[in-house]
Amino acid sequence: MLQYIFRRVLLTIPTIIVISMISFVIIQLPPGDYLSSYAATLLQQGDIIDAQILANLRQRYGLGQPIYVQYTKWIWGILHGDFGQSLEWQVSVASLIWERLALTLALSLFTMLFTWLLAIPIGIYSATHQYSIGDYLFTFLGFVGLGVPNFMLALVLMYIALTFFGQSVGGLFSPEYMRAAWSWAKFVDMLKHLWIPMIILGTGGTAGLIRTMRAQMLDELHKPYVITARSKGLTEGKLLWKYPVRVALNPFFSTVGWALPGLISGATIVSVVLSLQTTGPLMLRALTSQDMYLAGSFLFMLSILTIIGTLISDIVLAAMDPRIRYVE
Amino acid sequence: MNEDQLLLEVKNLRTYFFLDEGTVRAVDGADFEIGRGHTLGVVGESGCGKSVTAQSVLRIVPPPGRIVEGEIIFHRFLQGDGSSVTQVVDLTALNPRGGEIRSIRGAEIAMVFQEPMTSLSPVHTIGDQIMEAITLHQEVSKAEAREKTIEMLDRVGMPKPTQTIDSYSFELSGGMRQRGMIAMALSCNPSLLIADEPTTALDVTTEAQILELMRDLQQELGMAIMYITHDLGVIAEMAEDVVVMYLGKVVERADVDSIFHNPQHPYMRALLKSIPRIGKKSRQRLESIKGVVPDPYAIPRGCPFHPRCPDFISGLCNREEPAFSRVGPGHSARCHLYT
Amino acid sequence: METEATRVMRVGEEAKGQLEEVGVSEERIFVASQWQLMWWKFRKHKMALVGGVITILFYIVALFCEVIAPYDPQSYSAAYKFVAPQKIHFFDAEGKFHLRPFVYGLNRERDPETLRATYTEDETKIYPIYLFAPGDPYEFWGLLETDIHLFGLKTNEKNATLFLIGADRLGRDVFSRLAYGARISMSIGLVGVLLSLFLGIILGGISGYYGGSMDMAIQRAIEFIRSIPSIPLWMALAAALPPHWPPTRVYLSITVILSFIGWTGLARVVRGRFLALREEDFVMAARLVGSSELRIILRHMVPSFLSYIIASMTLSIPGMILSETSLSFLGLGLRPPAISWGVLLQEAQNVRSVALAPWLLLPGLAVVAVVLSFNFLGDGLRDAADPYAR
Repeated sequence: MLQYIFRRVLLTIPTIIVISMISFVIIQLPPGDYLSSYAATLLQQGDIIDAQILANLRQRYGLGQPIYVQYTKWIWGILHGDFGQSLEWQVSVASLIWERLALTLALSLFTMLFTWLLAIPIGIYSATHQYSIGDYLFTFLGFVGLGVPNFMLALVLMYIALTFFGQSVGGLFSPEYMRAAWSWAKFVDMLKHLWIPMIILGTGGTAGLIRTMRAQMLDELHKPYVITARSKGLTEGKLLWKYPVRVALNPFFSTVGWALPGLISGATIVSVVLSLQTTGPLMLRALTSQDMYLAGSFLFMLSILTIIGTLISDIVLAAMDPRIRYVE
Repeated sequence: MNEDQLLLEVKNLRTYFFLDEGTVRAVDGADFEIGRGHTLGVVGESGCGKSVTAQSVLRIVPPPGRIVEGEIIFHRFLQGDGSSVTQVVDLTALNPRGGEIRSIRGAEIAMVFQEPMTSLSPVHTIGDQIMEAITLHQEVSKAEAREKTIEMLDRVGMPKPTQTIDSYSFELSGGMRQRGMIAMALSCNPSLLIADEPTTALDVTTEAQILELMRDLQQELGMAIMYITHDLGVIAEMAEDVVVMYLGKVVERADVDSIFHNPQHPYMRALLKSIPRIGKKSRQRLESIKGVVPDPYAIPRGCPFHPRCPDFISGLCNREEPAFSRVGPGHSARCHLYT
Repeated sequence: METEATRVMRVGEEAKGQLEEVGVSEERIFVASQWQLMWWKFRKHKMALVGGVITILFYIVALFCEVIAPYDPQSYSAAYKFVAPQKIHFFDAEGKFHLRPFVYGLNRERDPETLRATYTEDETKIYPIYLFAPGDPYEFWGLLETDIHLFGLKTNEKNATLFLIGADRLGRDVFSRLAYGARISMSIGLVGVLLSLFLGIILGGISGYYGGSMDMAIQRAIEFIRSIPSIPLWMALAAALPPHWPPTRVYLSITVILSFIGWTGLARVVRGRFLALREEDFVMAARLVGSSELRIILRHMVPSFLSYIIASMTLSIPGMILSETSLSFLGLGLRPPAISWGVLLQEAQNVRSVALAPWLLLPGLAVVAVVLSFNFLGDGLRDAADPYAR
């Protein structure tokens, strides 16, 4: 078991390295750099920047140097906790991303929890009451959930809230907690605001999970070992949870981690619509203005989060399913 | 058979499956008795309803199947406060999810299945599954249950029981898995063991060992066995009484000697004739039963065997279902030749 | 006295007669080809059929968008800003029934409080709707010049408008834009999936068929690509596209970007099938007979998993459509003057505008309908893909 963990962890290291390189390259792809787009924006507004000042700025931010030099500088900085400087906001990238990354992670994790708590019982119910009204209802709702894109749902919800309740929805905090330091009260306040984006993000995932769980359960429900358990005299309820559910759940432990990229993705776009203080809106802005270090760091860190997530889920899966440990 | 020797009586059992495509009459008239401590062999082709009969006894027939008619009388031997009482229960009248049938399952009537790999949970240890059976029906502590399990594993001939108790089914060989299943079934000392083709998936050598094990345990524990198989050789070895099934009906029943030396039903006769014999001239054709087993949705009218029967009587066999007729002491057959 | 032979024949006939009575046509099932079996199984799936029909309808709109749209999607007019969807009438104000449906003319007023334009029906002006009416000229697929539209008003009078689902901020007909948007949105899905298919089959096939280190390498690459959250990745890649590129180049680049991640899903399916099939006895039999590897792959293995591929593809298309919509919605994908559903939805990003003109959200409904239809269709295909599983 420990051997397995060790091997998996070892495997992630080259992945992380490659991702850092790719993140950096992607950020460099747009022609020009921050300064040229900054200059272009100024030009649109009617300002012209002096060529000499431009050159000085370029020198100061190291924008003229070859790419591998810039990359090495960046990685070196990261290992020391320095993610570079945000060109647009003029503050360190680290100060900008940490809180937002944490919030993105919190949103994704809570949504995942919510999705699981909802989908698994519904999936089990659907499978054991196949072809009942409840089953059809849940299947239909599931399909709808799958079909409606996250941001659509967000838009519709915002519209409904505005027209019928006169309320504007959005943001993760009430005004008084926005800039405040972290405290229990702030945490509670966040939870109070979290449930809307959580539901929006979660619908697609829940729908998918319900369908998968239902399919898995249907597969397992009629297997011989369930019949054996029944022939021993177990109650239906007990044997349901101890045997088919347990076996059907196995694949889910492996999907835990892999759901994370999807959730983080979804969180990005939903947060743009709802103007949440997570990574989405800021990353979007950083990309369009080519604020290199900010955008690159976001991409890199989001990927790291995902990798850690999948690592944890692979380990959990190995712990839960003895077959994986012995066969690998 | 004497009243006090009876353990299980199955009378006119009919179990049907109600599907969209039609109704499958899986068991369509099963009648037999099992005596205390005796072995009954149930023999027939695949799809003749033997397994569904066994499932009906334990009331674990999967939906959309249902017992539509008949009785299954179980003579329970209850011991308590020094006196022993026989309680007679009709298993068909019990709620299939209720407490009474569940107290019988695993404790008084236990079942061993054909494929031990898929019949055991892949994510629980053998020990866990056996201990579950024990703690379900007996008031013992976990430690005691574990001890009993090791004892049981030892009795069924499992090598290194203290280690195998914590193994998963995929770590054991086919023979060992089946021993584990038997240990699980016998852990609460049932009065009836239903064995549904327990050796079909094993090689011949292991099969012989398992059969010997079952015979020894039967002697030791005094339990009855209902042995379901399509293998006539195993029946000859294990059974005292035999019941032959075809398309859901019991077509002949007798003691094992009469069945093999004096079969009365044309189906059984044809079955015996079809067994290749050593010593026969190699030029002779193998005898087989004409025709094929009919589609379960389209069972022929009258006697279900009539399209393939060498003794077919037109106008009778394809119109009326034959009833049981006595053809000898303890020997009856369902055939118009004898009505 | 009948002979043994005639008796067996007669009994056989009787049995068959009984079989036919019950209506079991076993014979037909035995000789049906794989595709016939699939079609029969698919037909049983009502939802899949509905999904299929709706999908086809949308593709028809996409093919013939110039004809179906009553207006040029780019023609704008400040006079028609945020007109609400117009009602189609059969009975006029006097209760007279008209065979030809019609719309009323628009009365434009300015609300004194909010200074916004409001529109009411002018019941004195009746404009019947004609089929195959002449309207704004267009080039059908850039080839044929004509001006016949599927339906329209024959008149050019001021305030004679046919806004089936309203007008947007610039007075453009939303219905026409929706129709044109269908062409882009639905085709991006197809093109993207075809690209992914190409990559996925090749890489997945190599991975599954040859196994070993090739498999390991490709698997690592797949895992690695899937580790990067897709939307941030797409955002980054899309932001890399120079803003001055012509719309077609942007379109193609977007599909390439979408396929960049998309192929991994398909590759996995293909690999899985290859791995399973490789061990099948019929492959070994083919090899023993002396078939070349290529022949084995093409003639024996591909037909087995073709159905799975089709099902996977159908299920991937809605993902692509959603991705393009999301990207364009964020402003990173297609941009005006290109028209896709995502671009249309970008206008709806402002909640205030949506509150005024909720019909701007209707392209979203189109997306939902298409995605659901594809999902049902794909589900049905996937169920039918294993025709031997009863």
